[in-house]
Amino acid sequence: MDLNLTAEELRFRDELRAWLEANVPEDWEQVREEALQDRFAFLRSWQRKLYDAGWAGVSWPKEYGGRGASPMQQVIFWQEMARAAAPPMANALGLGLIGPTIIAFGTEAQKMRYLPKILSAEEIWCQGFSEPNAGSDLASLQAEARLDADHYIVNGQKVWTSYGWVADWCELVVRTDPNMPKHKGLTVLLVDMKTPGVVIRPLRQMTGEAEFNEVFFRDVRVPVENVVGKVNQGWDVAIGTLMHERGTFGAGLQILYKRNMDRLIELSRGIQRNARPASQDPIARQRLAQCYAEIEIMRLNQMRAFSRLSATGVPGPEGSIQKIFWSELNQRFQQVAQELLGPYGQLVGRDGHAIDKGVWSYGYLRARGNTIEAGTSEIQRNIIGHFVLGLPRSY
Amino acid sequence: MQFGLSESQEILKDSARKFFAGECPISEVRRLMETETAYDPDLWWKLAEQGYTGIIFPEEYGGVGLGKVELILMLEEAGRALLPGPLFSTVALAGAVLDAVGTAEQKRKYLTPICRGEARSTLAMLEAAASWDPKDAQIEVLNGKLTGEKLFVPDALVADAIVVVARNGVFVADAKDSGIKTAAMPAMDLTRKLYSVRFDSVPAEKLGNADGLAKGLDVATAALVGEMVGGMQRTLDTTVEYAKTRKQFGKPIGAFQAVQHQCADMYLETESSRSAVYYAAWALQENAPDAAVAVSIAKMYASDACRTVGNRGIQIHGGMGFTWENDLHLYYRRAKASETALGDATFHRERIARLVIDAGAAAAQGA
Repeated sequence: MDLNLTAEELRFRDELRAWLEANVPEDWEQVREEALQDRFAFLRSWQRKLYDAGWAGVSWPKEYGGRGASPMQQVIFWQEMARAAAPPMANALGLGLIGPTIIAFGTEAQKMRYLPKILSAEEIWCQGFSEPNAGSDLASLQAEARLDADHYIVNGQKVWTSYGWVADWCELVVRTDPNMPKHKGLTVLLVDMKTPGVVIRPLRQMTGEAEFNEVFFRDVRVPVENVVGKVNQGWDVAIGTLMHERGTFGAGLQILYKRNMDRLIELSRGIQRNARPASQDPIARQRLAQCYAEIEIMRLNQMRAFSRLSATGVPGPEGSIQKIFWSELNQRFQQVAQELLGPYGQLVGRDGHAIDKGVWSYGYLRARGNTIEAGTSEIQRNIIGHFVLGLPRSY
Repeated sequence: MQFGLSESQEILKDSARKFFAGECPISEVRRLMETETAYDPDLWWKLAEQGYTGIIFPEEYGGVGLGKVELILMLEEAGRALLPGPLFSTVALAGAVLDAVGTAEQKRKYLTPICRGEARSTLAMLEAAASWDPKDAQIEVLNGKLTGEKLFVPDALVADAIVVVARNGVFVADAKDSGIKTAAMPAMDLTRKLYSVRFDSVPAEKLGNADGLAKGLDVATAALVGEMVGGMQRTLDTTVEYAKTRKQFGKPIGAFQAVQHQCADMYLETESSRSAVYYAAWALQENAPDAAVAVSIAKMYASDACRTVGNRGIQIHGGMGFTWENDLHLYYRRAKASETALGDATFHRERIARLVIDAGAAAAQGA
């Protein structure tokens, strides 16, 4: 165990730190409160800037536009982004889930075709996994693909598709053989979202925004060369994607949590509690310190996971603790923020009374989805129980 | 940068696990806990032979000269085995404080016999007010003589030297001095005995520089969390094994999500405590600027986690978990003692607030 940086890591860090100091956009604080579409356009151009400077895809192979560095340098990248209070990157699913899946399972041609444009944010990706009748029980999905010469004809419906409204491409899981057991007979396709027959509808969530979508596929033609991995072995590919979603996706979230924490501490100095600043109130201090500690432990858990990843190459089922940790922590944190802000915490929008233009009421509502999206807390605990601890399957 | 154990660290941890399993199985723990001191001289010699009593002390004093991470790994395995007796008090409490506070001459005098297995030691910190803040110590040494009472002193009856936190410095006294009266304070943890120690004009030697006390206590605190992680791991392993074999409604109870999810939470809490304490140990070793915060984060989290892990483990064991015969209550008792020792979660949250919120305010004002 040695958390000191090697000479190479130190060079990497210093170079990145200097670049971030010169390039992190100053107007990010204002943009945070813009509408979803405007925010996304901003983050997309920020990612492009990172890509042009060679910072997108730190641990991806060089031949596909990455930097070819180690997973630990990827960790350093996230830490420096957090330190610089840099905005996150737009193509979150492409970078975090789909790119690594293509690297692991894709053909050489697919890697050359898709990976560089994921890094540059030229092509935004979404994930076509969940369906109205296949949520936690993902393997029971019904969207089907029928082979017709050199194309698959796709029919079905996907739901909770984050970034569907802006995505150029979709990693789609479909059933290619209905006669096989449910985990067999699945195949992963890369689908151009502009193909005729793809219909995207906004799905308004409890925050009022439509971050995610319903996506309908009606006789959508997908070339056979867009199959990732083997036909009817798509479950392995999908699980590979989900392992990344659970295990490593949270690394980028730590940036936001740390910023929110720092901001809440700052706000606590100006809020009165029992005739003194909340930052001096014993109970408020207990609550803030608990959140601060948990955000730090989230970082440490992730660093340990990345160290294992650099030894094994793939994230394992133990990554489910990361998913549980970041989602439940954010709900606790947002509740602490609400308690501190009191009646102001509920204010939305640009009303002059709202603190930080209403981001705290949004944050509280948005966090409610955290323990559901990307695999519910219940499913994550099933995974730990069965795949990590070796308990019998409960379903 | 690598947040995994090195090969030599893995070997050390593995050999410690085998050593404790072989030399101190749970039957031996049960035998020792029924004795007055829970101390066994033969076992102590074996611990010294392994180098465990001198694990972190410099080689010039007869120690092994390993780092804080290695200390935590060894104690994690001691915690897994529920090792009774004064290893923690001697090495991680008194030893770490002596190492941080003593002069070279004092270290030679007090650490060398510890490394050789010839002496045991402990730290007397708390008084009637039971505050873990060393600044609250009331006891004073006047003209080289110590008078007053310390409470909750672990393993005092088998100690040769008692390190005392006093109002005017950190001192060391000969535990065999005729002015010392030691009385048992029977408590929940049967494997680590507590005592009240009354000093009546006892000669006390002032240790070098009391400024090092905070660092010494941080090492002790991280070491305690290492032990707690071992205890949590053992509770988790035992519980998962039970959930796989115990059948109700025609299937193993581990197949029910109400049981399985509690096991998952035990795993999450154990692993998160481990991440926190490995980092704290490393930060202490490297004198990282956030070492004190890291120690408090680890103790805060593990203090709550070791209690909830124990609760879940016993709950899943049902009636069997509530019996004397089952070993879980021995871990549960130790967990409660460790939760309180060196400051509970509430104490360390306030310390984090001081180090993070207040320091941040000072920095903002200075800027």
